[in-house]
Amino acid sequence: MNTPAHRLTENKLRKAKEKVIEGILFLAAFSAVATTLAIVAILLYEASAFFEHVSLVEFLTHTQWTPLFERAEYGILPLVAGTLVTAGVALAVAVPIGVIVAIYLSEFAPHHVRETVKPFLEMLEGVPTVVYGYFALLFVTPILQIFMPDLPGFNMLGPGIVIGIMIIPYVSSVSEDAMRAVPMSLREGSYAMGATRFQTAVKVVFPAAISGVLAAFILGISRAVGETMVVAVAAGQQPNFTWDPREPAATITAYIVQVALGDLPHGSIGYQSIFAAGLVLVLMTLVFNILGHMLRRKFREAY
Amino acid sequence: MQATDLQLLRAMIAQHKRYDILFGLVGLLATMVGVVTLLVLFIDLVLDGYPRLTYDFFTSFPSRRAEEAGILSAWVGTVLVMLVTAVAAIPLGVGAAIYLEEYAPKNWMTDLIEINVTNLAGVPSIVYGLLALGLFVYILDFGQSILTAGLTLALLILPVIIVATRESLRSIPVAIREAAYALGATRWQMVSDHLLRYSMGGILTGIIIGMARAIGETAPIITIGALTFIAFLPPVPFTIDPSTDLPAGPFDWLFSPFTVLPIQMFNWVSRPQAAFLENAAATGIVIIVATLAMNGLAIWLRYRIRKHIKW
Repeated sequence: MNTPAHRLTENKLRKAKEKVIEGILFLAAFSAVATTLAIVAILLYEASAFFEHVSLVEFLTHTQWTPLFERAEYGILPLVAGTLVTAGVALAVAVPIGVIVAIYLSEFAPHHVRETVKPFLEMLEGVPTVVYGYFALLFVTPILQIFMPDLPGFNMLGPGIVIGIMIIPYVSSVSEDAMRAVPMSLREGSYAMGATRFQTAVKVVFPAAISGVLAAFILGISRAVGETMVVAVAAGQQPNFTWDPREPAATITAYIVQVALGDLPHGSIGYQSIFAAGLVLVLMTLVFNILGHMLRRKFREAY
Repeated sequence: MQATDLQLLRAMIAQHKRYDILFGLVGLLATMVGVVTLLVLFIDLVLDGYPRLTYDFFTSFPSRRAEEAGILSAWVGTVLVMLVTAVAAIPLGVGAAIYLEEYAPKNWMTDLIEINVTNLAGVPSIVYGLLALGLFVYILDFGQSILTAGLTLALLILPVIIVATRESLRSIPVAIREAAYALGATRWQMVSDHLLRYSMGGILTGIIIGMARAIGETAPIITIGALTFIAFLPPVPFTIDPSTDLPAGPFDWLFSPFTVLPIQMFNWVSRPQAAFLENAAATGIVIIVATLAMNGLAIWLRYRIRKHIKW
């Protein structure tokens, strides 16, 4: 028989064990914070070494990016331009299609269509990006060349379109969430006035969900900006300061890949330059992500 | 007068109904864009690469001659890297989710962790590569090894596993927790004996989706400096290395140079010769079949759980 005192000591052991487990679990959760801190620390540390050699003004205003050449120039603008142009092409594809898909799935599609289509859309997100790169280079660009004979084999248009198709599921699922959050009474009000489905969707549901749809655009930009392999394979890896999507160009991410492939010595300026480029990339995506999540929270609170 | 009004009205209604049907079609077409792309992409790969998918392709090392090249070192590398990723990411991700869902007090620290999990999901994958290059390769001195790659991908898929596990835990009714407490269970006993068991399917779904993503990730692994041409396999534990005559240690393979399937594909895609492009397509088929099969499994699993578990 257990005496009460015996039970008490057992309890202490139990409590200690519980505390230890809670501590371990906390550490696991804290790894998310540690990862963020480590990313920021590494980027700042290596980039600060880079900025000892290169002035911030040169970095932000020069229009040549040739860190690996003899006469090195360190202007990030060509990479930023390449990144924005491909992201722009991607959005031009993903936004209209994504929004139409969202309206269709949330307002029009019968239940069984939605249930069959959504897994396919999820699959689209699951395809590895290097495969999309192959597709952009060897399928989409040749097709575009039929219509635009002058289009070079490496260009930003093909990969931009492919990235656009790649992020359709993302844009449509965030927009659809926003449209589903619109209360039924708004739709019923509209139907009671004799509006059709299409009128209700476009004039009532879409405006009511607009902040969520905007959030989808912005989160979509953030995705497109960070996309690497499609552009590294299909856009050429030559920094080129242009706003014309038909030209080849390098994005920030493609530049990092190019340098990483070329085995630069640790501590060289070329090595540090990829961290400076990475810092710009992180800041760009961070701004878009924060904006997107703010807008997303807004539509959640609206009703 | 009245008759024409009525006619106009009817015409207007008919017109609007036509818009409805028209948009239904447009919507269906837009939805099909994705599905059709997926099909075209797959058919394109199969047409280009299927002839190369022979037994030899899986058992040969890469070579300068495209017809003799294979993906042996790449698929072995992928399997080993995934092993490291799973060992690192699963306990960390599930543990973090349990803490956030069942233990975390409502304070600023918990908010901070939550914000970080959300933000990490939005960080471009190549940035994880930069982190790994600075931290694992040079500061911790793991080198450009299987260990580095596995840990990098583990960090990358951590948010996926955390989110899936949390959702799965959240769907378990409070009554289950209360019942366990009523029998005198401690919090950990409640979690390990009840919650983990009921949420196993959901957690597994998250893990599979995360691993499928990790298999296809290329950018972070290129960034840490993985080689693109590897014509040897990592040392098998306890076998004799002919160059030193010493047996390999049980963990030597962790520090071995390696390549993975997507990098092998990238390497071949970057070459101008058509024969290498065929190899790239064949590698693409292998990767896409692996990831789509895993995603399909996860979707099926989720569907089954939704159908069978009713609280």
